[in-house]
Amino acid sequence: MSLNPEAVARIARLARLELSPQEAESTHEQLNGILAFIEQLQAVDTAGVAPMAHASDVVQRLRPDRVTEADRRAAFQAIAPETEAGLYLVPKVIE
Amino acid sequence: MIDLSLMGLAAALAAKKVSAVELAQTFLARIGQFNPSLNAFITVDADKTLAMARAADERRAKGEDVPLLGIPLAHKDIFCAEGWLTTCGSKMLANFVSPYDAQVVERFKAAGAVTLGKLNMDEFAMGSSNETSFFGPVKNPWDTGCVPGGSSGGSAAALAARLTPAATGTDTGGSIRQPASLCGITGLKPTYGVVSRYGMIAFASSLDQGGPMAKSAEDCALLLNAMAGFDARDSTSLERPAEDYTAELGKPLDGLRIGLPREFFGPGMDDDVRAAVEAALAEYRKLGAATVEVGLPNSGLSVPAYYVIAPAEASSNLSRFDGVRYGHRAAEYGDLIDMYCKSRSEGFGAEVKRRILIGTYVLSHGYYDAYYLQAQKIRRLIADDFVAAFNECDLIMGPTSPSVAFAFGAKSADPVQMYLADIYTIAVNLAGLPGMSIPCGFGAGGMPVGLQLIGPWFGEARMLNAAHRYQQATDWHRRAPSL
Repeated sequence: MSLNPEAVARIARLARLELSPQEAESTHEQLNGILAFIEQLQAVDTAGVAPMAHASDVVQRLRPDRVTEADRRAAFQAIAPETEAGLYLVPKVIE
Repeated sequence: MIDLSLMGLAAALAAKKVSAVELAQTFLARIGQFNPSLNAFITVDADKTLAMARAADERRAKGEDVPLLGIPLAHKDIFCAEGWLTTCGSKMLANFVSPYDAQVVERFKAAGAVTLGKLNMDEFAMGSSNETSFFGPVKNPWDTGCVPGGSSGGSAAALAARLTPAATGTDTGGSIRQPASLCGITGLKPTYGVVSRYGMIAFASSLDQGGPMAKSAEDCALLLNAMAGFDARDSTSLERPAEDYTAELGKPLDGLRIGLPREFFGPGMDDDVRAAVEAALAEYRKLGAATVEVGLPNSGLSVPAYYVIAPAEASSNLSRFDGVRYGHRAAEYGDLIDMYCKSRSEGFGAEVKRRILIGTYVLSHGYYDAYYLQAQKIRRLIADDFVAAFNECDLIMGPTSPSVAFAFGAKSADPVQMYLADIYTIAVNLAGLPGMSIPCGFGAGGMPVGLQLIGPWFGEARMLNAAHRYQQATDWHRRAPSL
């Protein structure tokens, strides 16, 4: 499996990344190198093997649905690029 | 003073031979002297450090005497520390002053340890050489033309140079053990779930684990006592009774069965590394242990499986960096999507972008089963190999890294060559097992060689015992570079 430059551009869009033309070229080459390397996984017979998502076989804990955190909005928003009246500001989404 | 063990420092503090403030000043002075050439620290803040040291001295004056009270320690810059710049080695977080403490930071604070600063690392812990840090690479104190390893390279270099007596690190595919090996210090990656990931900036959540780095196994045991413990804020933190990792350090090794995976001793390991590892195993046999050959037949697949699983998890974890709530936002942009794209493209370095792209690709429609699910099945095969091997032995040993520290630039052009630097460490993360690296000699160019110890799940105490007994019989861990 190898990627052409258009496919790399499509994946970059999905990942919300923008590659400069210069970056795109080296990235394209390196990604194909990495994909060629991981290709060897395809040759392994894994019929009947259960996928392992996690190292420990534990179940997720449940907790009572209670508010346990203090309100620290001011501290958290103090480090945001742009806020107003307790809200995070982003470019206009709806005209 | 700078060469004392943590027990030694604790004794000096308890006997009032030195105060926490004096100790902090000693190490701050060394950082001031040697950090400009080593670049091990990203942030040093003497006022904050000395305030913590004064508080520790006050606690002691009131009669408190806990093991780490007044002990200086530095954190890998992946651990959020309230009021401290926490960059994760990235331009993306170059302006991020954390509003809260990681659980690990919180626990060390409660124990009275004094934070010396924040340590340099590969960007978002993605690298094996520290060359991906936005803040420039860390230099190996044994030879400043060589890499310190990564991603916890700042931690390992600062310890080797005696800029700090203790440090934290994190290990997703070898990021504690490999730099420990390349810088000649001792580092331990605990069993997955033993140390809380709360406030530890996420790379690959099913693999990430924080751990101690220090000059000896005994020091690591003391640090792990403070770090380990259940935390409800980390959904994969394990609820277990507290363990005293120092309790069994002195136990004799008679009858200990050491498994040597034949896959770890094949071609691919440099001769100088092999000689040092073989000599260490001979020392273990002298100490009463027996060595047996074991097999980890699927371990050769660990690096490719890791480079599907870790980037997949990273692409998901790093989607939080969007320029909206914290971190870098581009100065100029059009609409919302453009703001995301520009902020992320400016904020992330090349290796981080590569891994996000690989992760996005293997999780995308049509490729998920072929790559991601297949890698997860192979992960199971790799973990099952360890279960079988531990039926025949108590600990596994082998090299930590196939070579000693390499020169800057030697592997940076080809990502796959860099990935293979972690060939002996990655399987341990996939299986969730504890692993250690301890110094066991020197190879080409007088550079340190590390011996890797791998334990069964929750085998930390057994590993620390074996490492400590070896360090009682040898002095490799006491060697320090001349600066």
